[in-house]
Amino acid sequence: MRVLGWLAVLGVAVGFAAGLAWAPREATQGEVQRIMYVHVPAVWVAYLAFGVVFVASVAYLWQRGAAADRLAHAAAEAGTLFLGLNIATGAIWGKPTWGTWWTWDARITSVSIVFVMFVGYLLLRRAVDDPKRGARYAAVIGIVAALNIPLVHFSVVWWRTLHQPPSLMKAGGATMPRAIVIALLINFVGFALTGAWFIAKRWRLLRAEAEAIA
Amino acid sequence: MSWTRRALAVAWKDLLIEWRSKETLNALLFFSLLLLFVFQFTLGPDRERLQAVLPGVLWLGFVLAALLGLGRTFLVEREHDCWEGLLLAPGDKSAIYLGKLASALALMLTVEALVLCLFAVFFNVDIWRALPGVALVLGLGTLGLASIGTLFAAMTSQVRARELLFPVLLLPVQVPVLLGSVKSTEALLLGEPLGAVSHWLGLLVAADAIYLVAGILTFDAVLEG
Repeated sequence: MRVLGWLAVLGVAVGFAAGLAWAPREATQGEVQRIMYVHVPAVWVAYLAFGVVFVASVAYLWQRGAAADRLAHAAAEAGTLFLGLNIATGAIWGKPTWGTWWTWDARITSVSIVFVMFVGYLLLRRAVDDPKRGARYAAVIGIVAALNIPLVHFSVVWWRTLHQPPSLMKAGGATMPRAIVIALLINFVGFALTGAWFIAKRWRLLRAEAEAIA
Repeated sequence: MSWTRRALAVAWKDLLIEWRSKETLNALLFFSLLLLFVFQFTLGPDRERLQAVLPGVLWLGFVLAALLGLGRTFLVEREHDCWEGLLLAPGDKSAIYLGKLASALALMLTVEALVLCLFAVFFNVDIWRALPGVALVLGLGTLGLASIGTLFAAMTSQVRARELLFPVLLLPVQVPVLLGSVKSTEALLLGEPLGAVSHWLGLLVAADAIYLVAGILTFDAVLEG
């Protein structure tokens, strides 16, 4: 646990150093582009966390282990946090680059809808008094919300699109310089470790809470 | 009793209660009528502007009616102290889900059909030409709304602040259904053929299928205690 925490700190520190100092300045966007080293890993980690929510929710409904429920709860919190970070950094980047904090572009919209879905999930968790019932309800909502992510994605893409297409994961390979890709991947590892650490920490806290009540 | 018989029994019970009391139906119809007035006030008399936003306005009305109507799906049992009756019903609980879904769907479609007529009258829209297509979109969109709405209403009827939580949970999940329904209604009212909106119809069918399967598989856990 402690090791994981230090690894996360190390990963993010190396990632920031790589992103801020080592990676070259992007030619057209300038220094602003460096916010990508937070923006992009944050959304990857968020979606990974929502994947964990889905798997843990299914596992809970199947076997009814309290551990799975805590994992889903902790992962939903971490995922929402990272997705919020992604939306906030996106807005900060959008102002100098697109000239606006916010626009109803497809990917911004779909990401914010997913964000709101999981905020609803966390709200429901707080609104149920009986912990067992809360766990069952949350598992159902978690499954529906996770299954809904692709539907949200496609519907919003068809609705409109303006965002630049993903630069790294697309057919024909990445078009970015290697140093930028490497810095991005280091940051991803750092963020993923941080996310895992958050989840582990919250998981322990939730267990301590449950034990204190019991 | 077989699975189908149990589902039918639940649906029949709900529809019979609604038919005799007309509690929800009357209030929902009146509410939708008021919505049409409010839309007219906010949008003003400008014909061109109205034409552009009509499909969105129509679905906004359906969604608001659905939030009120579907949120009440399980309140009949709560108000009349019959919740235990549902819990004690033998066999797989997914039959109760489908029964509840069928009665909610029937109620919503009735309201929507009447609102559509009023809508055509008040806003002077020629819907006859596009009616078969619009009816299809209405059915698919409402099935999406009702399938998740029934599932969530069963949960929110048991929690604090249920009137608030139900829309907060339902609305973001329904974004794909709403986008698909509004966009296809818009195209159909403009006189385009069904083929022009086939991708949206595909999305609606996929959403309905996913929601139905998720509802049937998870409803046991919702109605456990």
